[in-house]
Amino acid sequence: MAFMTLFIITGAVAVAAALGLLFARNAVYAALFLVLNMFALAVLYLMLGAPFIAMVQITVYAGAIMVLFLFVIMLLGAEQLKEDGGPIAWQRPLALVLGVALLLEVTYFVFAALGTGVRLLPPPEGFGDPHAVGLTLFQQYLLPFEVTSVLLLVAMVGAIVLVKNGRARAASSSEAGEQ
Amino acid sequence: MDTTLLLEWTIKAVILIFILLTGFAYLTLMERKVLARIQVRLGPNRAGPYGLLQPVADGIKLLFKESIIPAKADKVIFVLAPLITVIPALVINAVLPWGRTVTVFGRQVSLYVANINVALLYVMAIASIAVYGVTLAGWSSNNKYALLGGLRSAAQMISYELALGLSLLGPVLLAGSLSLVDIVEAQRRMWYIVYQPLAAVIFFITSVAELNRAPFDLPEAEQELTAGYHTEYSGMKFALFYMAEYVKMITVSALFAVLFLGGYLGPFESQYPWLGPIYLVLKILVGLYVLIWLRATLPRFRYDQLMRLGWKVLFPLALLNVVVTAVIVVLMG
Repeated sequence: MAFMTLFIITGAVAVAAALGLLFARNAVYAALFLVLNMFALAVLYLMLGAPFIAMVQITVYAGAIMVLFLFVIMLLGAEQLKEDGGPIAWQRPLALVLGVALLLEVTYFVFAALGTGVRLLPPPEGFGDPHAVGLTLFQQYLLPFEVTSVLLLVAMVGAIVLVKNGRARAASSSEAGEQ
Repeated sequence: MDTTLLLEWTIKAVILIFILLTGFAYLTLMERKVLARIQVRLGPNRAGPYGLLQPVADGIKLLFKESIIPAKADKVIFVLAPLITVIPALVINAVLPWGRTVTVFGRQVSLYVANINVALLYVMAIASIAVYGVTLAGWSSNNKYALLGGLRSAAQMISYELALGLSLLGPVLLAGSLSLVDIVEAQRRMWYIVYQPLAAVIFFITSVAELNRAPFDLPEAEQELTAGYHTEYSGMKFALFYMAEYVKMITVSALFAVLFLGGYLGPFESQYPWLGPIYLVLKILVGLYVLIWLRATLPRFRYDQLMRLGWKVLFPLALLNVVVTAVIVVLMG
């Protein structure tokens, strides 16, 4: 009973935050609503017995990525959204079509699952704790894990190369003098 | 859910918050007294004996100050920002172990609010949230100095969080657990500062940077940014920022004690569990003294020096420390 109440409250917060993100006219508010939404998701993970994922969700998404989002929004002073549809004219109708498709899909699966009467079992002991996650990641999914890390490394090197090229001429004189 | 258990947790949380807030009040006095001693002054000595009532006087003064919200400020976020700063500073303490189990009124009570198996990740998660309050305060004030302070703070905290997180991994690798209680218990033979001196130094430096305290107090560099992110704040809202900073000082000292100085362990602690909190408080006081001492001694870093130290020195050293520790742990079995 307490679990159900908690779930409803958390779910309501998540949905409200997502709606707030969509309808906020100020980019800073939109970013903050997204942070709130991620917090609500972290609480849902906790309730599903996955404390590791919950903490990583907060650290990585709410703590690192969204801070950078906010940083860029503030640095550019790009808080206010313009009233026109943005540079890509067809994105609104496309978003509408894709959104309706997703909604129909989710509705279908919810009702299909309701009909079967299948009950989910509670997760086994130790499921989702750091030890179990680590073992799964480094034994069962070692190759995808390594591929992902190489991908991230390539992206990082690429970002540095782009920045270096952009200001190579300007920085070369001062950099040489410094070192 | 057991009602008495819920009651126990609530009581422990309330006591913990009370201790932290009292600690905050008297830490401000301690800082002023120690700074005065180092600078050959007397420090506050008018309110009460030895100035002991000074925090009360300060609190009353701040309470009765007019609370000003700038006309062009973003009012909602301007009011929320101090709260977003204070709440993480307080809740991060929930996982700190103050001792083992003691008997109170015939009931076994453990001296921590929560012993979760992802405690250290929880600490990292909450610490990474703390940057929002400062950044939003700077932005919502609609003041260029405040904005610059807020942005500096965000850049600084993101840069130093990586090295901070990596330095935490040393004790985790040695103890084989993310739970702070397990990490303390694993130090019964020897404190981790002996096995992990590099991690201890990196943790200390990066946590001073996370605290935005001297010599890393660039977000509130008074000569160039007036007061940085809290330029426009007054009255109780200003006091909340102050409170967050000092509560975080206590938290960082406590974390350092727990991770590297054996936490609540000490002589005769196993016979008399009540000695645990006393040992931890003594270790925290040492940490706080060093923090104040640093402020009195070191000049402020320049911004490029700060970034270079974080990315080119501390971060590679922390990585190296993790690799070496991991190899040694595997070799020793």
